[in-house]
Amino acid sequence: MSNKNDSFVVFDRVQKSYDGLSLVVKDLNLHIKKGEFLTMLGPSGSGKTTCLLMLAGFETATHGEILLDGKPINNIPPHKRGIGMVFQNYALFPHMTVGENLSFPLEVRKISKNDREEKVLQALEMVQMTDFINRKPAQLSGGQQQRIALARSLVFNPDLVLMDEPLGALDKQLREHMQYEIKNLHKQLGVTVVYVTHDQSEALTMSDRVAVFNDGQIQQLSTPDGLYERPENAFVAQFIGENNKLTGKVKSVNNSEVTVKTSQNMEIKALKVNCGEVGTNTTLSIRPERIHLNRKYKNKVDATIKQLIYHGDHIRCLIKIDKDNDFIVKIPNSNIKSTLKIGEKIPISWDTMDCHALDA
Amino acid sequence: MKLKSLLIGVASSTLIVSAASAGSITAVSWGGAYTKSQVEAYHKPWTAKTGHQVVSEDYGGGLAEVRSQVEAGNVTWDIVDVELSDAVLGCDEGLFEEIDASMLPAGSDGTPASDDFIPNTITDCAVGNIVWSTIFAYDFEKMPNGPKTMADFFDLENFPGKRGLRRGPKPNLEMALMADGVPADYVYIVLSTEEGVDRAFAKLDTIKDSVVWWEAGAQPPQLLADGEVVMTTAYNGRIFNAVAAEGKPFTIVWDGQVYDIDLWAIPKGAPNKDLAMEFMVFSTETEQLAAQASWISYGPVRQSSAALVSSYHNQPDLKMAPHMPTDPKNFTNAIQNNFAWWADNQDELNERFNAWLAN
Amino acid sequence: MPSLNLNSMDTSVETLKTADGTPLKKKLQQSLFRNKLRAFGLVSPLLIFLLFLFVLPIALLLWQGVYDPRFSNLMPETSNILEDWDGVSEPTEDMYAALVVDLVNAKKNKTIGKVATRVNRELSGTRSLFTSTARKASKLKAPYKKSLKKVKKKWVEIETWQAMKVASNVYTVGFVAAALDYKLNADGTITRQEEDRRIHIKLFIRTLEISLIVTLASLLLGYPIAYLMASLPLRTSNLLLILVLLPFWTSLLVRTTAWIAMLQGEGVMNDLFVVFGFAEDDDRFSLIYNKTGVLIAMTHILLPFMVLPIYSVMKTISPSYVRAAKSLGATNWTAFWRVYVPQTIPGVGAGAILVFILAIGYYITPALVGGQDGQMISNFIDFHMRKSLNWNLAAAMGLVLLVIILFLFWIYDRVVGIDNMKLG
Repeated sequence: MSNKNDSFVVFDRVQKSYDGLSLVVKDLNLHIKKGEFLTMLGPSGSGKTTCLLMLAGFETATHGEILLDGKPINNIPPHKRGIGMVFQNYALFPHMTVGENLSFPLEVRKISKNDREEKVLQALEMVQMTDFINRKPAQLSGGQQQRIALARSLVFNPDLVLMDEPLGALDKQLREHMQYEIKNLHKQLGVTVVYVTHDQSEALTMSDRVAVFNDGQIQQLSTPDGLYERPENAFVAQFIGENNKLTGKVKSVNNSEVTVKTSQNMEIKALKVNCGEVGTNTTLSIRPERIHLNRKYKNKVDATIKQLIYHGDHIRCLIKIDKDNDFIVKIPNSNIKSTLKIGEKIPISWDTMDCHALDA
Repeated sequence: MKLKSLLIGVASSTLIVSAASAGSITAVSWGGAYTKSQVEAYHKPWTAKTGHQVVSEDYGGGLAEVRSQVEAGNVTWDIVDVELSDAVLGCDEGLFEEIDASMLPAGSDGTPASDDFIPNTITDCAVGNIVWSTIFAYDFEKMPNGPKTMADFFDLENFPGKRGLRRGPKPNLEMALMADGVPADYVYIVLSTEEGVDRAFAKLDTIKDSVVWWEAGAQPPQLLADGEVVMTTAYNGRIFNAVAAEGKPFTIVWDGQVYDIDLWAIPKGAPNKDLAMEFMVFSTETEQLAAQASWISYGPVRQSSAALVSSYHNQPDLKMAPHMPTDPKNFTNAIQNNFAWWADNQDELNERFNAWLAN
Repeated sequence: MPSLNLNSMDTSVETLKTADGTPLKKKLQQSLFRNKLRAFGLVSPLLIFLLFLFVLPIALLLWQGVYDPRFSNLMPETSNILEDWDGVSEPTEDMYAALVVDLVNAKKNKTIGKVATRVNRELSGTRSLFTSTARKASKLKAPYKKSLKKVKKKWVEIETWQAMKVASNVYTVGFVAAALDYKLNADGTITRQEEDRRIHIKLFIRTLEISLIVTLASLLLGYPIAYLMASLPLRTSNLLLILVLLPFWTSLLVRTTAWIAMLQGEGVMNDLFVVFGFAEDDDRFSLIYNKTGVLIAMTHILLPFMVLPIYSVMKTISPSYVRAAKSLGATNWTAFWRVYVPQTIPGVGAGAILVFILAIGYYITPALVGGQDGQMISNFIDFHMRKSLNWNLAAAMGLVLLVIILFLFWIYDRVVGIDNMKLG
């Protein structure tokens, strides 16, 4: 999918170490296309922010090369890279008004006063904040500051905008609203966005592609639905969305189907995704919504209901399937709710295609 | 010592009990080697004799503290070592208790006190104890052919280098005139005219750019030791102390010395006035004054003491007599500080001196 | 728009009542009053302490700069009659008679010394005139003009009477005028002091100049240190902070004396200069006992007062601001100057004010190392407090200094804003 020629940003075997003892980023290869919205997703300490800082120029790569528009940028200082950036705490200059904040990148680029005013107004219109041009950042709410930070990172028409957990400080409702707006702006302007977050729902709803980071490596680079539907390893399956897992040994392999024997001697048929040969350990992953309360599918188990939690549109049901393992099942809120009782034995089943055999 | 004086202060100010029964007085003096000489020669013998304690406190001279204590009606000092000018000024302003001179005993040789004390050392409010002098000194290791006269002090050509002088007109104006050739006896007569003052300042002008000004008595020996100045005016006891106690190679030039006396005075309303009087009488007896002279080279004000003055307290070879301002060899060209003249003119001359210094 | 909302809310609040029927506003005030009372109770010990041991003594002392009842209290008759005298005409026999009455009383009450001291400040040489005449005053007979003239000729000179007239003013601008190198005359006019006696204006200017240079020097030296400390990891910066505070652990006197050892003619600095050939051995630099010495020693002593406020402000500035500026295209210098420095202004303001105010009142250091051109106004206030005992003039100089400082505060408030100051 990634031809080097149409890649706008390229990480080529990039490594980063702060202390000379351990690598924070291990052999990173990543190609980002022009106009793409790419999210770096991962738990804290996974190396995603370091990658962003290297791209922005605030950290240097210990090894490897970063290319921007085909040119290596390792030795270009941050202010010459022409990359817009939105910071977690917005980093609006507190001593300047909104207008001055927006005008700052234009001033340092020696753009004439008239053009500056025009561009500042345009950028403010873009985020619907024209009325606030003379306010100081401290006089704005968190969401308003966020919009100004966004406008400031875009006002000088950069081809690439980096966002470092920009919505982390906002409440849930505002965050969802801003996700929508950022996505809209991205579509409107066609700018390339590299977005860092640890919030998987944010990553899934906004991105063209998501790079899941863990332990200094990209675990999977894929579209949002690809990540959810076809996780390539146990970490991704566990990290993205809710997941039920079972561990066991591969008993037999038949083309794309494997038979796995669990620790409780249960035999389960699963889709072969990322598991080893016969006899190796494997982790099975099944999404909660793919488990059915009947015996229609290939893998059938008898389970006991341990807990029921009312969630409005669905009911979360914690069930015990054997001595070692509990599953979460999401049951759509229909009449069936009233019939379920804690301690009740119920049959469950799931399809082979919904059960992925992954690495141990 | 501090705790003790604090306790005594608390006791005397809060308890109604007569402070005299505490058997303690606060004696205030100039500190350093001088206070030590008083502690050795006055305080310790008095305590040994009477059992009363003496708490020693330091101050920097002047009447400011006495005045604020008396005016606030909160006197904590019992007896103060003051210069003659302050003794008279303070007496005029009612800051000191009056003294009955008949209390003073005759000298050890039988001379009545009125004859034994050298003239002008007993005033209405104070009794003298020592004669001290402002002289100038130099380091003979650095200047083997050192200055001999006051004129040499102002001679930058033959004796180049910085000079140390006390910041203030007194006694620089007198010394300037003597250096300019005015005989000691005529110094104040000349100074009493406008032209005389101008002449003194003009003489000071000739060395103004080479002067390091000092204020505290401890500074000049230090300036000399540091090589910051090649010669400096100083109090003779300080230079003597640097030589005798610290082995510094300093030489005193006695020519043109301006001597003065220090006196004991009792602030008006002193908490232990009667004890302080007793102490004043005791410490100005012949023996005590003579004993003090073995600790510092300031001359006793009683003539009868001279016979008892021998050598430095821990150096039997170091005879004290040649180091006294009053020794005949040192006394050939000397004047006594004229406090009355200064009392009239110091406001004016301080002002003029400060302006002269700043311009 | 929001203000409109508030207004409408206000009107509705007025009619609101609490459950027991008292108006809400009244109830609120009651509860607030209790809080205020509590707050006042908590600060009142300090307030009383400051009032009696700080504000009151200072006010009383400064009051002496314009209030001097000594002469008129001690010489009441003379003062009364001098009030009607025009200050130029020949003194009358009544005036002489009043003078003799007062002199007799002053001698009796032992207050003649105070009178003499006061008049002597106006006219040199009158101290002995008063003390010696007072001794004979009780024997003087009318006509008093003649008999006083016989005692001392100075009594018939008009300058003596003019000096007494000036001294008899209870409320006087004389001392403030003297603090500004002016002179109050007997006829109430104020004239400039003779040129070779002018000193105070020069001293005030020198004091401001030294304070300003010390402030600027400690800013130039302190800002980079504070910046370094703020950008280092906490452990290292704490170590540096201790080094910055180290001078506070020794007494001011010791530090000043240490500078004497460093800077004097045969001192460490000059020895180094000679070793490295910057100076000849017999022509060393004068680094101490002059203004240079004062500037060096004071800058060193006051430096921590500049570093600490700046450091504490810098510590709160997130590094993302400078990063943001750079990502927006600013060079290192522009990011520092346009984005970082403005945010440190509150610390710089606090540090500068602190150092400047401390410097303006500094007196131990200039007294020890100032020599003749490094003396500051506080040294002269001290001189008049302790040596010449002219407390009125000292108070007047203090008053002028206070006015200057308040004026500078006002300027600062207009230019930078006093609320834009942060100590941490």
